[in-house]
Order: sequence, then C-alpha cells, then structure tokens
Amino acid sequence: MSVTEVQFQAARVEDAPAIAIQGRSQWQLTWRRLRSDKVAVGSIVVIFLVIIFALAAPLIAHLTGHPVNTAYTGIGENASGNPVGPGVHGFPLGTDQIGRDLLVRIAYGARISLFVGLLTTALATIAGVSLGLVAGYFGGVVDAILARFFDAALAFPFIILALALASVFSPSLAIVIGVITFFSWAGISRIVRGQTLSLKEKEYIEAAKSLGAGPMRIMFIDILPNLLGPVLVLSTLYIPAAVTFEATLSFLGIGIPEPAPSWGNILSEAQQFYHVAWWYVVFPAAALLITTLAFNLLGDGIRDAIDPRTERIFAGGKASRGKRGRRRNKDGGLSLDQAIVVGQQGDQTLDISRQPDVGGLDI
Amino acid sequence: MSMVWFLIRRIITGAIVLWLVATGTFFLFFAAIPVATVARNLAGRAASPPVLAQTTRYYGLDKPIIVQYGHFMGKLIHGNLGESFYLQEPVTTIIKQDLPITISVVIGGVLLWLISGLAVGILSATRARSLFDRFATLGVLAGISAPTFVVGELLILFVFVPLNDHGITFIQTGYNPITAGFVPWLGSMILPWITLAIVQAAVYTRLSRGSLLDTLGEDYIRTARSKGLTERRVLYRHAVRAAMTPVVSQLGIDVGALLGGVLVVEQVFGLHGLGYQVVNAIPQGDQPVVIGLVILAAAFVVAANIIVDMSYAALDPRVRIT
Repeated sequence: MSVTEVQFQAARVEDAPAIAIQGRSQWQLTWRRLRSDKVAVGSIVVIFLVIIFALAAPLIAHLTGHPVNTAYTGIGENASGNPVGPGVHGFPLGTDQIGRDLLVRIAYGARISLFVGLLTTALATIAGVSLGLVAGYFGGVVDAILARFFDAALAFPFIILALALASVFSPSLAIVIGVITFFSWAGISRIVRGQTLSLKEKEYIEAAKSLGAGPMRIMFIDILPNLLGPVLVLSTLYIPAAVTFEATLSFLGIGIPEPAPSWGNILSEAQQFYHVAWWYVVFPAAALLITTLAFNLLGDGIRDAIDPRTERIFAGGKASRGKRGRRRNKDGGLSLDQAIVVGQQGDQTLDISRQPDVGGLDI
Repeated sequence: MSMVWFLIRRIITGAIVLWLVATGTFFLFFAAIPVATVARNLAGRAASPPVLAQTTRYYGLDKPIIVQYGHFMGKLIHGNLGESFYLQEPVTTIIKQDLPITISVVIGGVLLWLISGLAVGILSATRARSLFDRFATLGVLAGISAPTFVVGELLILFVFVPLNDHGITFIQTGYNPITAGFVPWLGSMILPWITLAIVQAAVYTRLSRGSLLDTLGEDYIRTARSKGLTERRVLYRHAVRAAMTPVVSQLGIDVGALLGGVLVVEQVFGLHGLGYQVVNAIPQGDQPVVIGLVILAAAFVVAANIIVDMSYAALDPRVRIT
C-alpha cells in the first residue's frame, strides 16, 4: 500500500467519521427534548387514544349494535324510566335519559370536540399568523387598524357575542366554529405582530431586502420560520381551550344542537339525573377532562422543549400564555414566555402598562 | 389631579366602547335580518298579527334604518330596555329582581378565588420547590384544564348528593335570598363560589407565585432587608403589594371570563340570576331580554376595567398614571 493511496482513501468523504459530528437542527433538538419528557410523551399517547376513539365511533356503534341516535326505550331504561347503569343489557357505559348508548354517544361527541378544537385552532392560527405578520411588517396605518381589531377581539367577552348570535340565528356547528375562531386568532396575532416588529429590524432581513426580496417572501420565508415556536405552543394550548369552549356553548344550549351528541350537550342533559345515574355525568366529564388535560400538558411540554430555559416547576397550560413577567434569563436573552409578553406589550397605547391575556377563551 | 383626568378619559373611552357595543347589537338584531323577522323576534313567535303590527309601530320598524337606530339609542339613554314578551315585564324589572342573585355569586366567588389563589400563590413562592409548592402545582394544572360546568356538576354529584342523602341539608341548590337568613343563603351559595374558585384560583396562584418570586429578587427588597426589617414586613409591606400588579391586571382581563363563569354556574346550580335569564331567553326567542342583558354585561365589563386600572396606582408605587 503506497502512501499516496492511504492519503487518497482518508480524504474520501465517505470515510470521514460522520456519526460523531452530525449536526442537529433546532427542531431535531426540540423533538429530542420532547421525547425525553415523560409527561409530554404520555399526553401524546393519550391524545392519540382519544383520536382513535373518535375515529372508531362508527365501529363502536357497530360492535355494540347501538346506532348513535337510537333510543332503546325498552332495554335502555329501567322500570321507572331512568337510564340503566354500565354493563346492564349490553350498554358498556350505561344509557342516557331516553335509552341511548352512552359509550357510542361519547365516542361521537369526541368527533365533534376534536373536529371543532382542531379546525378552529387551524383557522385561527392561519388568520392570526397572516394578520400578525402583515401588521408587524408594514406597521403604520395598517398596523394601527389591525391592532385595534386585536384589542377588540381580545377584550370582548366571547360569551356575549355567542349569546347574541345564537339568539338571532339558531345554534349550529358553523356558528360555534365561527365564534371560537373569532376569539382565538387575536391572541396569536399579537404574538406574531410583536415578534415581527423586532425581527424585521434584523440584519438578515436587510440583506434579504437588498437582494430584492419582496414583502411576501420576507414575511413568509424569512420571518415566519422564526416564529413557529411560539405559534406552535400557543396553538397547542388553544386546542383544549376550544374544546372547552365548544362544550360550554353546547352545555348552555347555544352550541351543537341535539340530537347530535357533544360532550357539552350530553352533560347538560345529565343534570336531571344526579341522584339516579352517576355514570351519565362521570363518563362524559372524564372524557372532557382527560382530553383538555392531555392537550394542556402537551402544550406545556412543547414549550419547555422549544425553550429549555423556562422554569419547569409550574407545568400548567396557562403558564405558557406569558404570565411570567419580568423573569430574566441567566444569559440575558428573551425566553419564549418573555417573547410572548413582549408581543403583547409591543406598542401599547394604553395609559398604564398592562399584560393582557393572550386568549379570550377562558370560561 | 392627574387621577381625575385619567378617570375622565377612561370614562369617555368606556362610553365610546359602550356606544360601539350598542350599535353592534342594534345592527345584529335589527338591521341584519328582515323587518318581519325582527318584529317576530321582538314580539314572540306566537304573536298575533295585531300584536306584530303594534310591535312594528312601537319599535318604528317601518321607518328607515337610521330613524330606528335613533329610536333604539334614545330609549337606551333613558334606561328603557324594552319589555320581555315571555315574562310580560320590562327588562329593567327583571334586572332589578335578579341582580341580587348574580351579585351574590360574583362577589363571593371573586373573593373566594382571590383569597385562595393568592394565599396558595404566596405560600408557594415563599416555600418555592417545597412539597407544598409541588402539590399546589398539581392542583393548578387540574383547575386550569377543567371547564366550569364540569367542576360544578362533579361537585353536585360528589358533594351535594351524598350530603343530602345522609340528611345533611346545609348545602342546597337553587337560591335562598339573604333576607331568608344568612345560613340558608350561604348554603345555596357555597358550591357556586367553590366552583368559580376552583376554576379561576389556579390562574391567580401561578400568577401571584411567579410575580412574587420576581419581586423578591428586586434590589429594593434587598434594601428593605438590609435596613433590618423583619422578613414578615418585607414580604407583606414591600413585596406582596408590588407583586399584586399583574394579579390586578389579570382580574381586569378575567371580567369577561367571569361573566361566562357566572352564566354557567347559575345554569348548573339552578340560580335564577341574570345569566340564567339570558340563557333561557334564547330558546324562547325573547330578544328584548337578550339585547338588554348583552348591553348591561358590556357596561359591567367597561366599569370593571376602569376600576381595575384605578387600583394599579394604589397598589404599586412604581406605576404612575399619565
């Protein structure tokens, strides 16, 4: 073996010790951190199970032989006409007040909840990100007008609009989706706008401009990827908020109308049966609590994974909504929470400094 | 002096917001749908043609939209919110009757949620990372995830029903006016308050804990300590007071959420307050009640926000009203 041959071999790219120095992108790092977070992984598993449960609703109806809206007045009710308990007459979780299979109805309710939760969050994210980018990037009059819209949507008590709309038009799925979306986009917009305001002053944006990039390219190709972290966290936290929102509207009778099952309207009907049918309250309530808790925990986990500097003692959903105020990081940078707060506070025209909540969704 | 100017300015802004809400309400209820539908909405589904004609005249529905708008606003300024055709009463009478119930729920609920939220938050902050802190964290998480009506229903199922089955009738559902005695009133209010507190206190616990931890790291706290003040005095006179600013601002934000919470709680516990009235007015198509209460709710939100803004300055000496 000649010397030249050895040198040649070592210089070949394939022979370099590639494994040891593999670079990892920001998202790979985030994913690795998320995977090592047991609570986050657990909540992902739970969310998958809920999704499977929802998708399998027709299958469950087929297996039990109980279509979702069929009332079994004979076997589904006891002698005094009340719901029968779990396991009685082949109803795994019992029946409701007119003898419908509660398990099947909860499964179909999961479809409504997840559909509303995911769709409204997607719509709100798209609208919020686009409007936030436009407001932050263009500034001036556009920003002033849009900012007033954000404020109005954030400050307006959603329940009042929902009531007014339900009073003028009869309640429907479309109105539910519209109302929830309307009250969700503004929070995301504020964050995106605030972040865009600071990012657009960076050198690389100047470089992009001098290369002839147009506003659309700068907003969506150069700025947007840097905002995906906070947006992802907020979106994940909006899903349980939207699920709760839908359930509450349906509970009040201004959401999903009967006979379509929603966890909210099931729990509304269940109110008549506290003394005789505990299962009627407990099972849909458990489904709702498990779902919202899992999404809240996941959102929290994602936030910690994206920004490991945040303090991990308060693993609560709304922690991520930017209530941590003035905490300084050791390295002086902005944590995600602070970025959210900055986003909220950017260009405050209020008289005194306030930290408005990101979401108007709390019920 | 600046305080007076600030107040005047806030009242003017508040009035503008209210005007916008009233205008929006007018357009939603009167202008967005055909006149015949409006008349039917206002007079009730079962209204006879003469009643419909009378309603049309009363509200001036046959006039141009701008005249109708003037009519609507004129009546509003005089405090006339119309008449519920279902209850056969002026909306203002309904408000007068049912306001005490809603106020009972709101005041007790807010007090309980603030006291429990702040107490747990302050204890958590002064004992950061202790067992208590971790336990509180868990409670906060559960409270944040739970919808109000689910908490209420579970409290009825697991507290009210077993107690009643065992003959303990202190806790009741439905409303007992305070004139009927303090204990029955308390018994009818305790579960609604606890429900609101469980759902809302979580936010305040975390907020006060985080804010207090931040404040305790400030230089002026070190100064206070080095002056030789007792830890107790440093904590309560210097730190807690300043740490309350974000808590108060959150309270302003939560006023809207509070309305939703009260609506739900009244529904769950069968309290016939204003929230109950508005929710039940919808299936009956009783629009005068909905319109009146929507505007009242907006006025409440505006007023509450002014009060919250005023209390900043009182709490945190660093905040200067401009």
